[in-house]
Amino acid sequence: MTSLPPPTARKLGLVIDLDTCVGCQACVTSCKEWNTQGYSAPLTDEHTQGAEATGVWLNRVHGYEVREAGQDQSRIVHFPRSCLHCEEPACVTVCPTGASYKRAEDGIVLVNPETCIGCKLCSWACPYGAREYDQSHGVMKKCTLCVDRIYNDNLGEDDRLPACVKACPTSARHFGDLGDSSSKVSQLVAERGGYDLLPEMGYKPVNKYLPPRARRDATTSRAEALPKPDGSAFDRLFQWADKVLSPGKGSARANEVDHSGKLEG
Amino acid sequence: MTQPAVNTSPKTWDEVKTTTCYMCACRCGIRVHLKDGRVTYIDGNPEHPVNKGVICGKGAAGIMQHYSPGRLSKPLLRVGERGAGEFKEIEWGEALGLATQWLSEVRAKDPKKLAFFTGRDQSQGLTGWWATQFGTPNYAAHGGFCSVNMAAAGLYTFGGAFWEFGEPDWKHTKYFLLFGVAEDHGSNPIKKGLGQLKARGAKIVSINPIRTGYSAIADEWIGIRPGADGLFVGALIHELLTAQKIDGDYVLRYTNSPWLIIENPGHADDGLFARAPQGSALVWDSHSNSPMPALSPDAAPKLMGRFKLPDGRRAVTAFTLIAERFLDPEWAPEKVAERCGVPAETIKRIAAELARTAFEEEIALDVPWTDHLGRYHERMVGRPVSMHAMRGISAHANGFQTCRTIHLLQILLGTIDVPGGFRYKAPFPKPAPPGVKPAGKPGQVKPNTPLPGPPLGFVAAPEDLLVDAEGTPQRIDKAYSWDAPLAAHGMMHMVITNAAKKDPYGIDVLFMYMANMSWNSAMNVPDTIRYLTQKEPDGSYTIPKIIYSDAYASEMVHYADLILPDTTYLERWDCISLLDRPISEADGPADSIRQPVVEPDRDVRPFQTVLLDLGARLGLPGMTRTDGSPRYPGGYPDYIVNHERAPGIGPLAGFRGPNGRSQGRGAPNPEQLLRYIANGCHWFYELPEHMKYYRHVNWAYLDWATFFGFIGKPEPVIHQLYCEPLQKFRLSAQGHGKVVAPEQHRQRIASHFDPIPFWYPPFEGEMVPEAEFPLHAVTQRPMAMYHSWGSQNAWLRQILGRNWLYMARGMAAKLKIADGDWVTVTSHHGVIKAQAKLMDGVNPDTVWTWNAIGKRSGTWGLDPGADEAKKGFLLNHLISELLPEREGGYRYSNSDPVTGQAAWYDLRVRVEKAAGQSDMSEPQFATLKPLARAE
Repeated sequence: MTSLPPPTARKLGLVIDLDTCVGCQACVTSCKEWNTQGYSAPLTDEHTQGAEATGVWLNRVHGYEVREAGQDQSRIVHFPRSCLHCEEPACVTVCPTGASYKRAEDGIVLVNPETCIGCKLCSWACPYGAREYDQSHGVMKKCTLCVDRIYNDNLGEDDRLPACVKACPTSARHFGDLGDSSSKVSQLVAERGGYDLLPEMGYKPVNKYLPPRARRDATTSRAEALPKPDGSAFDRLFQWADKVLSPGKGSARANEVDHSGKLEG
Repeated sequence: MTQPAVNTSPKTWDEVKTTTCYMCACRCGIRVHLKDGRVTYIDGNPEHPVNKGVICGKGAAGIMQHYSPGRLSKPLLRVGERGAGEFKEIEWGEALGLATQWLSEVRAKDPKKLAFFTGRDQSQGLTGWWATQFGTPNYAAHGGFCSVNMAAAGLYTFGGAFWEFGEPDWKHTKYFLLFGVAEDHGSNPIKKGLGQLKARGAKIVSINPIRTGYSAIADEWIGIRPGADGLFVGALIHELLTAQKIDGDYVLRYTNSPWLIIENPGHADDGLFARAPQGSALVWDSHSNSPMPALSPDAAPKLMGRFKLPDGRRAVTAFTLIAERFLDPEWAPEKVAERCGVPAETIKRIAAELARTAFEEEIALDVPWTDHLGRYHERMVGRPVSMHAMRGISAHANGFQTCRTIHLLQILLGTIDVPGGFRYKAPFPKPAPPGVKPAGKPGQVKPNTPLPGPPLGFVAAPEDLLVDAEGTPQRIDKAYSWDAPLAAHGMMHMVITNAAKKDPYGIDVLFMYMANMSWNSAMNVPDTIRYLTQKEPDGSYTIPKIIYSDAYASEMVHYADLILPDTTYLERWDCISLLDRPISEADGPADSIRQPVVEPDRDVRPFQTVLLDLGARLGLPGMTRTDGSPRYPGGYPDYIVNHERAPGIGPLAGFRGPNGRSQGRGAPNPEQLLRYIANGCHWFYELPEHMKYYRHVNWAYLDWATFFGFIGKPEPVIHQLYCEPLQKFRLSAQGHGKVVAPEQHRQRIASHFDPIPFWYPPFEGEMVPEAEFPLHAVTQRPMAMYHSWGSQNAWLRQILGRNWLYMARGMAAKLKIADGDWVTVTSHHGVIKAQAKLMDGVNPDTVWTWNAIGKRSGTWGLDPGADEAKKGFLLNHLISELLPEREGGYRYSNSDPVTGQAAWYDLRVRVEKAAGQSDMSEPQFATLKPLARAE
C-alpha cells in the first residue's frame, strides 16, 4: 500500500462550470491529443475503424438530462469527468507498488508507468471512474493535470495550462491553486458555490464543480406584459408616430389622407 | 518516500506551423506541432482573430482526420458498373487528360451541359470564377441546401446576414435570442460568445424544439414547434407595436419605413415605391407637407400615414403597412400560442423583457460619429438585444420570410449594428440586395466562351431571372427560375434528380467536389442512387460522365467515373478570402491562408491546383496567357498571390503592394504568402472606434469600405423592411411588368413574394394529412462532428459512433414505445427503422436525431460492420426532394419558394414500434466494396 505525503499546501486542480459547459468535447479531444504524446503516451485506441472502437481517454464529457423537483422542464447538464486529484485519494493508498502517488509539491495524483503492474485496484477504489486501464500496455492511465505542460519551459507562459483548459471555447474550465484562498479559482468557487463530488466518501476532491445557475424562465421570472393601450392599437401607434417622431406643423394637412384611407377634411 | 522524477518540460515537437483549421466551416487559426514530420498535436492559435487560442472537439481531432484510413491515395477510373466499386488506379496524366477531353467536348458543344457543383467548398471565389470562365451557368456550392435562406433574407433586408456575415455584440449584449440549431457555423466564435454572456450574466433565450447543444445552457428554453418561429416572432412584434415599444428614431432614419408606397391595386405600379423623376424613393415631409426624396437631409419624414401625391396617386408609408399587418389580432400571442407550442404568457413576457432591455437598459459608447446625411452624433447609442439564427430557421420552406420577420424584430428594436446588437462583419454591409446579377440568360451561354458575369448573384426583378421567353429554367437546378427566383446559392439538392429526368435538360458531365451527394447531402437517397446509375435504352448512363474530387472514400466516390483525389487540409494551400466566405470579425476585416504543414504521402493533388491545371489545359481565358501557356503555373498559391478580380483587389487583402504595406487594395506582392505565414497565416485590420458601429449609415465607414472595394459607392444601406423586389415578382404574377410570370406559377409567386414578412405553414405539413403524419422530424448538429467528415474520425466516432431517434417521453408513452425500442419512422415518401431514446427536453410533437452519423457500409475506410452503418441511420431517406403533386401534376422542389433553400426540416412522420426488434437500422443498402486504404 502507498502512503500519502503530508497535506500539500498547493492544491492544483480544475474548477468546471456546469452552467457554461455546452458539451462540445473540445477538452476531451484536446486532452487526448496532448496526452497521447505526453506523460501518459500513448492513449491507445483499438479497433479504430470497427464496430467496437475503444480507447483510453483521460477526460470524458457525459450529457445527462435532469429534472429538478417541482420543475416541469428538464435541463441537460454536460458533465466533464476526469481525475479530481483528491486530497486523500483512495486510489493512491490502495496501490500495492507505489506507482500511484500524490505529488508533495502540488498535489497532482500521478501513476508511474514504470512501477504500475496493472492490477486495477486503483480503478476499483476510485468512486469517480476517473482511471482508465490501457489494455495494450497493461498500465493504468489517468489525468496528469498536464504536469508536462503546466511547468513546461518549452511552452510560452500563456500555454502552461492543462490542454483541456486551454482548449475550452466557453471558458467553462479553470485551472489554479485551490489551496490558495486568494486564487482566482478559489474565489470562483466561493462566489458560485462550487462543490465537491461525493463529499460523503471523504476523499476531499480538489477539483470543484460550479452548479448550473438558477433558471430565468416562466418558473422564476415575474409575469409581466407590455401595457395594452385603450382603444385601437393602430390609432395609438399612429398618434405615437405622429407626435413623437414627426414634429411637423400639424395643421397643414391638405394632402394627407388619414390612415383608414379616407381623405381628411 | 521519494517521488519518481517527472520530466515536466518535455519537447514533444520539433516544429510548430500555423495554418487554418478545416474540421468545419468555422476556419479557426491553428498551430500544428510536428515531430519527425508527423503531426503530433494541434491547438488553437492565440493570435488568431476567429478563435483567439481556443479549439473545439473537432479541431483537436484533426490529427485523426489527417491520418484517416479513409483517405484516397491515387486517381481512380471506374472500370465496372457505377456503384460496383470496380476502379483502377491511374496516373494523374491520364486522369487530367481524360477530364480535359470530357470537359472540352462539352465546352465546344454547349457549356451548360457541364454541371459543376462544389460542396463544403471554402474556395468558391476560385470555383465560381472557373465556372464563369468555362461558360456554364450550372455552378453552385452547397449553400442552396444549407444557408441561403439566412443569407438571402439578410442581404435583401439589411445588407448583412446571420450565417457568417455578422455576429452578436458579445461584449455588450444583455439579452440574446438564439433561434434553432446553430452549432454548425461560427462554431468557436459563438461558443466563446456564449461564455462571455454567461460570465456577464446576460440572459440567453433558446428557441428550439430540442434542448441540446447551446440550448442546454440557456437561461430559458422555448421548445417551439418546428417551422413556427415566424409566428412566434410576429407575435413579439405585435406586442411591441401595440405598446409602442420600438426604436422610432432608428426606424425612421435608417430604414425604408417612411418611404412611400403607391397604392393602386390592379395596376402595374401598385406596391412599388413612389419615386422622384431621377429615381430616388420619396418620403412625406411633414414640414413642407409634400413628398421629398428619401435621403434629403432636410426632410422630416412621416413614419405613418396615407398621402395623395402631386400626380394624384395615393401612397402609404411602408411602416403603416407593417403596422397594419402585425397589429392584426391574428398575430396576438393568444392566437399563435397553440400553433407555436408556446404559451401566450411566455410570448408576452419575452416581448416585455426585450422592450425593457432595449429601452430601459440602453447603452451608449462615448464615440462620436457622423451619419450618411452628415448628422453628427455625440455617442453611439445601443440597444443591448441581439439575436442569432441558422439552420433551424433556414431549413424550412418558410425560412426566408421567417428570417425576414426576425430581422424586422431586430430593426424595430433598433438593434442592427449598434452597441449590444447584431453586428456586421466585413465586407458587409453591402447594398440590400447586392448589385451583382446572375449570368446565364438565354444567349449568354455560348460554345467556348466565358459567361458575361458570375453564375451566382442577386435577382432584383423578374427580368433578372434565368428563364427563356416561355419561362423555362436555364439552369439545371432551376435556380433563378419561377420555381425559386431568389436562389442566390443555387440548388445543389436538385441537380442529380433534374439531370436524370432531363428536366429542364440532360447534361453531359457532372463535376463535383467534396459533396456527398449520394448519401447524407442528398434528399431521397434511394432514388438519388437510382438516378446516378440510371441508363438510357442504348445502355449508356443518363448522366453520362461524373467527375468527383474528394480526399476521402465517401459514399459519392462509388458513383463517380473519374476520381481526382484531394489532399487533406494540412497538405494544402488555401485562402479564406473576403471575396468568398469571409472570416472577418465584427471589429474589422480578416482573411487567412492554409499552408501545407506536411507533404502528402500519397499520389494526391490539391483540388484547386488541379482545377487551375484543367483550366489551362482547356484554354480558359483567365487561366491561360495569350501564348497558350498556363497563367498560374505555380498552381493555387500562384493564383492566390497574383490573381486580381479588379485592379489591386485579389483573393487576399493583407500585405499587398510592393512592400506588403498595402491593405485591401494594392498590387500583387510576390512575398504575400510569406508575410501571411510570418503573421500566423492570417491578416486582421481593426477598424477605428468610430467605424465599428452603425456601419450601414456611417459616413466614415462607407467611405473606407468603398476604398477597400467592399462596396461600389459610399452610399448608405437603408434597411429594406419593405422589400420592393418581392413586390415586383408579385406584380409579375398579376400580369404586370416586362417579364410576366407564367400562369402555372402565378398563385405561388403572388402568395409568397410578400414584400412585408409574413408566415405560412411549411409545405410538407400542409400537403400531407396531419393525422397520418402527426410528428415533426428534424436533425440537430452534434458539436463534435461536421457532417460525414466527423463521423469517420477515429476519435470522434468513439464519442458519437451511432445515432438514435429521440422523442418525448409523453409521446412515446402514448405510442407504447419504450426507451431502446426499435421503431419505424414513416413519411409520405419512405420508411426507416431506428432505435428510440426517450427524453423530456423536446417539443412533444417532434422527434429528432443527430445529423450525418449514419454511413453506408463499406465506405470512409470504416469496417463494413461499423455501428455507423449497422445502427446509425439518416432521415434523408424519408425526405423527398420533390413536393407532392399539385394541381396540374407539377412537382415543385421541396424548397423555399423564394430562395430554393432545401426544406429539410419540414419533414412530417409517424413513429410506430417496429414489428421486428432485430438490432439493426433499416434500410440497409448493399455494402460498397471498400476502396483500397492508403498505407
